[in-house]
Amino acid sequence: MRYLISVLHDEPGLATPEEHAAIDVFNERLQAEGNWVFAGGLAAPETATVVDNRSERALVTDGPFLESKEYLAGFWIIEAPDLDLALKLAADGSKACNRKIEVRPFR
Amino acid sequence: MSDVEEVITRVHREEWARVVATLTRRFGDLDIAEEAAAEAFATAVERWPGDGVPPNPGAWLTTTANRKAIDRIRRENKRDDKHKEAQTVYADDPPEPVGAIDDDRLRLIFTCCHPALAMESRLALTLRMVGGLTVPEIARAFLVAEPALGQRITRAKAKIKAARVPYRVPSGEDLPARVSGVLAVLYLVFNEGYLATGAGTDPVRHDLTAEAIRLTRLIRALLPEDGEVAGLLALMLLIEARRTARVSASGELVALDEQDRGAWDTALIAEGHQLVRQRLAAAAAGVAPGRYQILAAINAVHTSASDIRETEWSQVLALYDQLVRLDPSPIIALNRAIAVAELDGPEVALAAVDRLGDELSGYHAYHATRADLLRRLGRSQESRAAYGKAIELAGNTAETAYLTRRRDQQG
Repeated sequence: MRYLISVLHDEPGLATPEEHAAIDVFNERLQAEGNWVFAGGLAAPETATVVDNRSERALVTDGPFLESKEYLAGFWIIEAPDLDLALKLAADGSKACNRKIEVRPFR
Repeated sequence: MSDVEEVITRVHREEWARVVATLTRRFGDLDIAEEAAAEAFATAVERWPGDGVPPNPGAWLTTTANRKAIDRIRRENKRDDKHKEAQTVYADDPPEPVGAIDDDRLRLIFTCCHPALAMESRLALTLRMVGGLTVPEIARAFLVAEPALGQRITRAKAKIKAARVPYRVPSGEDLPARVSGVLAVLYLVFNEGYLATGAGTDPVRHDLTAEAIRLTRLIRALLPEDGEVAGLLALMLLIEARRTARVSASGELVALDEQDRGAWDTALIAEGHQLVRQRLAAAAAGVAPGRYQILAAINAVHTSASDIRETEWSQVLALYDQLVRLDPSPIIALNRAIAVAELDGPEVALAAVDRLGDELSGYHAYHATRADLLRRLGRSQESRAAYGKAIELAGNTAETAYLTRRRDQQG
């Protein structure tokens, strides 16, 4: 079972060196224990571009899709047998990156 | 009610959780388990009056529900492998030995009370899946609209399935926290029954207190070594024992000091005291008691006195001191102050209560306690005002009636 762990960030600023170091340790553990699928940190939301090509031509808009108090700062995709382990890993991930996180299953 | 109807009601109470739990394990789907169990009981209602009650009603229901579940899966003609597997592997499974099925009920309880579900969802799901209450019954009990409650249960089941909330008894290190989560759900059910809110409801919903006690007994049977489970059961029994004395014929709350102690249920008190004594023995042997055990002990002190004047308030206070160390919440401090009033007088108690004003000004019991202390100090005008605030905030009809009479007695 795969889960998306989204890192929510409610104030500007990227991860500090200490947070980076803690995230590295956590990532190594995910890999060692077989829960790792993929992960990544994102650049600031102002660097985003929104594209909408549902109509005749692609509309390209500068900036994030939503102005929001909380934005996605990064994510993990993990493999876990059930929600209990996913929540445990998420708790450790939250501690490591020093951010609030959301756990959501893939379909 | 005919004999068969009575049997069906009893079997429903005793077997519902077992049937749902067994099917959930077999099919890995709460929704299928719930629907098949409901259909099996409907079939029993249809057939038993004519065919007679089968020799082993529980096994009959499980077998029937199992067939209903397989029928549904076939009907829906699901092509995915999981369901094919369920059909082929489980269709002719022999009945499980009793021990394994009991474990299933425990699994079911932990799944329904999973911390990833909102508290309202845990309550609703536990009462439906473990308690066997219908959606209309639960909706009435919590004063929510039926469709909203139905949706809450459906959403919870969908989350359990999609996010794969495990169907299992938590392991060692996680167990105490998860058990306390289950107990919190049961205590909320009990309290909603004990101090039912809402203008149109009975002041005490015996159906809810009885259901909470029944489910706590079930958990106690499944986890006999857990001190807090025993503590919560004792606490509920000792409160339930006073139920009939607690509301007057005219529907007014009767405070502890005015209750007819002869009307207390001596059997429930004896059972509660027995449990408290066991926990005291464990505490003496070095097992630190949790909050439910301490609350039960406080209630044991109250129910041991044949008259309010014989209450051993120093013991009550010592227990509250112990509780405050465990849970420094303002509500505990408020209840502690009531014992302080008996030992050190209302003035000392009032000073302690007044310190809680910032946190508890929206809580009716804070104002009711203040009102009573002010009354005892002869400060009638202030007492009247405090009763007024308590009445505004109280949601329970019997309590409102009691507070109104008390207020009107103040000059």
